[in-house]
Amino acid sequence: MTNEVSPPVPIAAAQSSGRMARFSEFWFYFSVNKGAVIGLAVLVFLLLVAIFAPLIAPHAPYQQYREALLTPPSWQAGGNSMFLLGTDAVGRDLLSRLIYGARFSLFIGLIVVTIAMFSGVILGVLAGYFRGWVDALIMRIMDIILAFPPLLLALVLVAILGPGLFNAMIAIALVLQPHFARLTRAAVMSEKNREYVIASKLAGAGHLRLMFKTILPNCLAPLIVQGTLSFSNAILEAAALGFLGMGAQPPTPEWGTMLAEAREFILRAWWVVTFPGLAILITVLAINLVGDGLRDALDPKLKRS
Amino acid sequence: MFRYIASRVLLLIPTFIGISFVAFIFIRLLPGDPVIALAGERGMTPERHQLLMEQFGFNRPIWEQYLSFLWNIFHGDFGTSIASKRAVLADFLTLFPATLELSICAMLFAVIIGIPAGIFAAVKRGSIFDQLSMGIALVGYSMPIFWWGILLIILFAGILHWTPVSGRMDLIYFFKPTTGFMLIDSLISGGKGAFKSAVSHLILPTIVLGTIPLAVIARQTRSAMLEVLGEDYVRTAKAKGLAQKRVIGVHALRNAMIPVITTIGLQMGLLMAGAILTETIFSWPGIGKWMIDAIAKRDYVVVQGGLMLVALIVMTVNLIVDLLYAVVNPRIRVK
Repeated sequence: MTNEVSPPVPIAAAQSSGRMARFSEFWFYFSVNKGAVIGLAVLVFLLLVAIFAPLIAPHAPYQQYREALLTPPSWQAGGNSMFLLGTDAVGRDLLSRLIYGARFSLFIGLIVVTIAMFSGVILGVLAGYFRGWVDALIMRIMDIILAFPPLLLALVLVAILGPGLFNAMIAIALVLQPHFARLTRAAVMSEKNREYVIASKLAGAGHLRLMFKTILPNCLAPLIVQGTLSFSNAILEAAALGFLGMGAQPPTPEWGTMLAEAREFILRAWWVVTFPGLAILITVLAINLVGDGLRDALDPKLKRS
Repeated sequence: MFRYIASRVLLLIPTFIGISFVAFIFIRLLPGDPVIALAGERGMTPERHQLLMEQFGFNRPIWEQYLSFLWNIFHGDFGTSIASKRAVLADFLTLFPATLELSICAMLFAVIIGIPAGIFAAVKRGSIFDQLSMGIALVGYSMPIFWWGILLIILFAGILHWTPVSGRMDLIYFFKPTTGFMLIDSLISGGKGAFKSAVSHLILPTIVLGTIPLAVIARQTRSAMLEVLGEDYVRTAKAKGLAQKRVIGVHALRNAMIPVITTIGLQMGLLMAGAILTETIFSWPGIGKWMIDAIAKRDYVVVQGGLMLVALIVMTVNLIVDLLYAVVNPRIRVK
């Protein structure tokens, strides 16, 4: 745990080397899992694609080539080398839209997980630390959220807030947050009566310090794993909302929205349907691979085996 | 045991109040008021607006509206659809069998493949089968199922013409819905080919809806099995010289299934609450499609009643799962 007594002399150096040691230990366990390393590589690649989208994309995502509607991928008969993965029904280059779409999906995942984690962790720490009526109140509210099917609740919330990417993200964050709250609460409850917490309580630490500086850092491992799972969930749900017309609105090159636009062409132009879905699958799969690796590396129960 | 059941049921009361409040407050949170939201861009005269507000009771104090909402629910009145003028509960009961039939089939599909695959992967840990099946499970778990459904339609309905694209039954067959379950009704009707038609309509939605539960169940069975196989009682059973089959099939499996049963139950609750994506893709006339249509049509009375009914289902199933869990795992009861 992080609260070991470090030797008094070179504190800064000891801390940084301790951090290095912990990271290399983590990396040792993480890299055992080949799938996780592949997932991480794919994820980094997608991140680079998202960041440098304007440099990589061969065309602008909204540019319509009226003379090239529904052009098949370049390797197929009738394809055009200008459009590697073909064009959609209004002549936009599919590859460029997919590249820009990576920005949306990763951004959505990041924002949603940040909001859900932030609020869920705070609620969970409060519930686990104070117990009593605070705990009962917070946990009953979480139970209520969990009693609704997540996608349905998100849809209804979006209906209230109005369709759009931003509102969809808020709705998904709200739906995902109970998982963080429950997990944090359980972790806090098991850490709360450990000696290091009592020691710092006796040393005069206040509630806030005890909750967020003493206890929370020791509960991070399961939260990081849950964070990765929620990251992929958020991307899937946002794409589903987009697909149902309640998420990002056309002509935004969001992958789920692109699929919705392509639905009527499923039997005529396979590429407009296949590639956006494949992009979602690859992204989510990469994140889940990393999540599995993180769980193996961070879960002390599995380490001994 | 009785005390355990009682405490579980008591815990549901605040959740129920919360759920009803969420379903109730939702219409009132819409920008403007529900009548204007319903009218949309057509607009309406102030007189008509006033009349409708009174008719739906939206101009009474909010707590009074909430109490009468609760009162009505306890009398089985979940409101009347603004669009179809039919009782929400009646619509729900007509559509629910379709959802139930689909979710039972999907869960059977997931369980029949998922549990044996998980057991086998755990027993042959590290083998090619283990790696392959867990790889496939992770892909299934990561699948955007709306896209998966479309791919299957393209392949099996579009190219191979093996299955229909959507719906529950070919239009040429017509019979009275006795049970609401197409598989049973078509058998009773005795119409030639009707049963075959029902099955062929069910196959793709079953696979699509069952994919994620299948992946979850396979992964969980494997990890539960691995955990149990390392326990002392399994080692003892092996040491006694029991056959491998018996050790795995009886000693290990019984204990490994406890968490898996919970997962199956919780997943089942969510499936029964309506598979929005699957039902939308296959035009399956169930609860999920009903709800999304109501949202799209701004039929907010249906959304309110539907939310309530759906949450009640999830809540009830979760309660049953909790109780079953206590039955199969005596350690819980004592706590």
